[in-house]
Amino acid sequence: MTSVYSVKLWLLSAAVAMCATTASAQVVSPQAPKPILAPAPVREAAPLADDPKLEARLVDISQELRCLVCQNESLASSHAELADDLRREVRDLIRQGKTDQEVKDFLVARYGDFVLYRPEVKPLTWVLWFGPFLLLLVAAVLMGVYLRQRRQQVQPAPLSDADRARAQKILKA
Amino acid sequence: MIPELGNFALMLATVVALVQGVLPLTGTFVANPQTQISLQSLARPAAALQFALVAFAFGALATSFLSNDFSVLYVSQHSNSLLPKPYQFAAVWGGHEGSLLLWVLMLTLWSVAVALFSRSLPLDMVARVLGVLGLISVGFLLFILTTSNPFERLLPAAMDGRDLNPLLQDPGLVIHPPMLYMGYVGMSVAFAFAVAALLSGRLDAAWARWSRPWTVIAWAFLTFGIGLGSWWAYYELGWGGWWFWDPVENASLMPWLVATALIHSLMATEKRGSFKAWTVLLAIAAFSLSLLGTFLVRSGVLTSVHAFATDPKRGVFVLLFLAVVVGSSLTLFAWRAPRVTLGGRMELVSRESFLLANSVLLVVATAAVLLGTIYPLVIDALNLGKLSVGPPYFNAVFAPLLVPAIFLIIPGSVARWRDAQVREIAYKLRWTALGAVALGVGLPFVLGAWSWGSALGLFLGAWVALGTLQQVLERVRKPGRIGASFWGQQIAHFGMAVLVVGVTGVKSYEVERDVRMHVNDVVTIAPYTFRLKSLDEVMGPNYKATRADVEVLRDGQLLEVLQPEKRRYFSSAMPMTEAAIDSGFMRDLYVSLGEALNETRTEWSVRVYYKPFVPWLWAGVLLMVLGGVLAAVDRRYRK
Amino acid sequence: MKKFLIPLVLFFGLVVFLAVGLKLDPREIPSPLVNKPAPEFSLPTLAGDAKFSPKDMLGQVWMFNVWATWCVACREEHPVLVAFAQKNSVPIVGLSYKEIQPQDAAAKASDEVKLQVARERSVVWLKRHGNPYVTSVMDLDGRVGINYGVYGVPETYIIDKQGVIRYKRVGVVTPQLLADKILPLIEALNKS
Repeated sequence: MTSVYSVKLWLLSAAVAMCATTASAQVVSPQAPKPILAPAPVREAAPLADDPKLEARLVDISQELRCLVCQNESLASSHAELADDLRREVRDLIRQGKTDQEVKDFLVARYGDFVLYRPEVKPLTWVLWFGPFLLLLVAAVLMGVYLRQRRQQVQPAPLSDADRARAQKILKA
Repeated sequence: MIPELGNFALMLATVVALVQGVLPLTGTFVANPQTQISLQSLARPAAALQFALVAFAFGALATSFLSNDFSVLYVSQHSNSLLPKPYQFAAVWGGHEGSLLLWVLMLTLWSVAVALFSRSLPLDMVARVLGVLGLISVGFLLFILTTSNPFERLLPAAMDGRDLNPLLQDPGLVIHPPMLYMGYVGMSVAFAFAVAALLSGRLDAAWARWSRPWTVIAWAFLTFGIGLGSWWAYYELGWGGWWFWDPVENASLMPWLVATALIHSLMATEKRGSFKAWTVLLAIAAFSLSLLGTFLVRSGVLTSVHAFATDPKRGVFVLLFLAVVVGSSLTLFAWRAPRVTLGGRMELVSRESFLLANSVLLVVATAAVLLGTIYPLVIDALNLGKLSVGPPYFNAVFAPLLVPAIFLIIPGSVARWRDAQVREIAYKLRWTALGAVALGVGLPFVLGAWSWGSALGLFLGAWVALGTLQQVLERVRKPGRIGASFWGQQIAHFGMAVLVVGVTGVKSYEVERDVRMHVNDVVTIAPYTFRLKSLDEVMGPNYKATRADVEVLRDGQLLEVLQPEKRRYFSSAMPMTEAAIDSGFMRDLYVSLGEALNETRTEWSVRVYYKPFVPWLWAGVLLMVLGGVLAAVDRRYRK
Repeated sequence: MKKFLIPLVLFFGLVVFLAVGLKLDPREIPSPLVNKPAPEFSLPTLAGDAKFSPKDMLGQVWMFNVWATWCVACREEHPVLVAFAQKNSVPIVGLSYKEIQPQDAAAKASDEVKLQVARERSVVWLKRHGNPYVTSVMDLDGRVGINYGVYGVPETYIIDKQGVIRYKRVGVVTPQLLADKILPLIEALNKS
């Protein structure tokens, strides 16, 4: 009874959801513009960066780097002068064909670990990276132990005859 | 004159808070019943008087702002005669001293609320709860009076103020801090109830029932406050980010996570008398994290865009206060908790154990956020160097911890109390599971690109949404009244699902274009086209701006004209960008102006974003807030 | 029953760290270049077109000071450096860091013009405030600064006879600092 109802409902919901999302959230990709009937001449805007691919890689790398003179901002989003200079350096390094790790090493050699927003996994940061999962493991074990212990500790109180009769009366009413 | 009156009111309020903090609590220890009652009865009137005095002080400060009294140092630092009136009012909490006064105002407001809505509580409990709140008040008032007084004079008076930071001149500022503080401070009520329970030795299901609505309302405010902060950053900062794992953001997230665990743990305590000690510990932890957040933001110990101007003296005071409040409550806990009786029996698989799993996962997630936030400090303190812990860490560690917690929402809310069978739960949820897997696997293709992250996120969202719908449908078809509490729970969980889909959607399918535009240039993110129609110079009340008119078209039809601006406030050297957003049900179109690229200012760098599912982030938050409010006003709490 | 004390113990551990944290500056970045060779460069100087390189200073202990005419804190530090230069025989080499700022009108000019303007400004400034430098190199685009891990102005390095950086100071050099840290260090380095 419930299951037939449920099946119909879920299939219906799934269908509705898929239709709704298809209609509104379409495949998104850059395309040639459709002609717009406007009196003035219309041009496709040029990308800001000379090389969008390089720029995309710059953004990826610099999102993980810290702006050193800001109050906690990434190198990607900061407007500070030093941030502009450092982005310029990173661009040059990317053009030279350096890998992400090499770019990071370049900056760490000059500014230390502070410049990395993703701390390297080394003995100094083992507690940081593995601590939470270790804690979860320990907590899960403790929880299991606790629940098992508890089962033995609390025994259900036996129901007296008078109480049983009362219960029957309530249930029948 | 008025600032001096405000200052005096604060001093009086401190005395009243001391009375409220000490006498009623003393009344719970004395032997003589007459003395007991007379001392305990002081609690409610003291709370009311304290509120009146602090509200007066707050009013005095607001008046100083609105009347442009630049002989008050704090006003001269954060306001300006050209500042629009609403922002002049909001500037009251634009800096450290004023925001502390807001904190205390909220605290007295919550205290008065407790005084008013506690008719069903025994007097000695009221005395204890208000007493604890009074003591906390004393601490904050002393903090204000000794290190952070907003009524300090500036003589000779400034000709005009330094103006409010342009980033803060926004409707978001008017509402985000008050809502956030209502949440932060609201945790003190749960804390006070917990301490009262430990002091009285009466830690039972009744205590949980009293405690729960206060906790849920505070949680709802905190959810709203955090959501507002996120939304504000999104539209104000110009690059569409909404969460940065900044220490101050983390400082608000940690109490929220623990408060969520607390709400769920309270359910077990209320229903089955289980987890009493754990629930009390969570209540202490939630408020402790609120206080810790206050410390982190105002002490200069961590760098943050949100941090207030710092001063080591202030940091020391807050740390001492934190140590005393949390230290004494944890000592009380260590002393009293062992005597707490066990609750009802529970099997390894039962609703109780699901709730406990929820607690564990959320607490570990909180620990992870705390660890990441203070790790740089710890390493520096140990002289082991300087490192940064930023979004890459938090994203990598936090998400895996939250995924199981969110997944367990559905089996947890379906499981029976005391004894549940996994097989039974799985059978009940089989169609929900199927639907969720289908949507999780299928939707990414529809949305444009398949990835594990996108599939997992959509699966989770669908799982919780469908599971909630299933529970609602089943409940509705049963006889009997459905309480607000049930609706609250379902709506809040559904809100979580909407939020998860929002996060997944925007992270996986966002498109950004950075272009150079002259008038009549277009940029396309299918199916939308953006055309720069014109550039104008405009004047604001306290700024000058270049405003672009950007037409948004779809299939040749004009949808909207967006007007992003680049502003130069008279008081600040940094130019500010005001993004323009077209919000739809399924997506945001976000345009922000960069810089003029040529001398004649006819070519500008423009950033255009297509952000799918972003409105679902805010919708999800609002649904959770609604759910919380509904759950708190359930009839059984109003007796 | 001892388990109920765990939260308290953990909390006090946290408080200890926070207390220590109050004395630290979270924005101060220690340099990873200390005890490493000073990065090589070749830059035009204030005086003429003869280029300067750190190799020119091998065999001496010297001070490398990052400054600019637009730097307000440098004005506070400058008299201290001038007095130091007069009393001691430790050569001070200046690094004129990004003298032409991005918002400067001259920023759009050619490199030669920029260098000329930067030189003129620096000369005028040094005439007014005193010149403690044996020479000052012009780092217009800040690249050398980045190689030295410069993130603010003023900054000062002490480099030994083998060209290894032995000390870095971020911020103004005070007489106290000179007396307590820098002079003793230079003495020690001179002896070796």
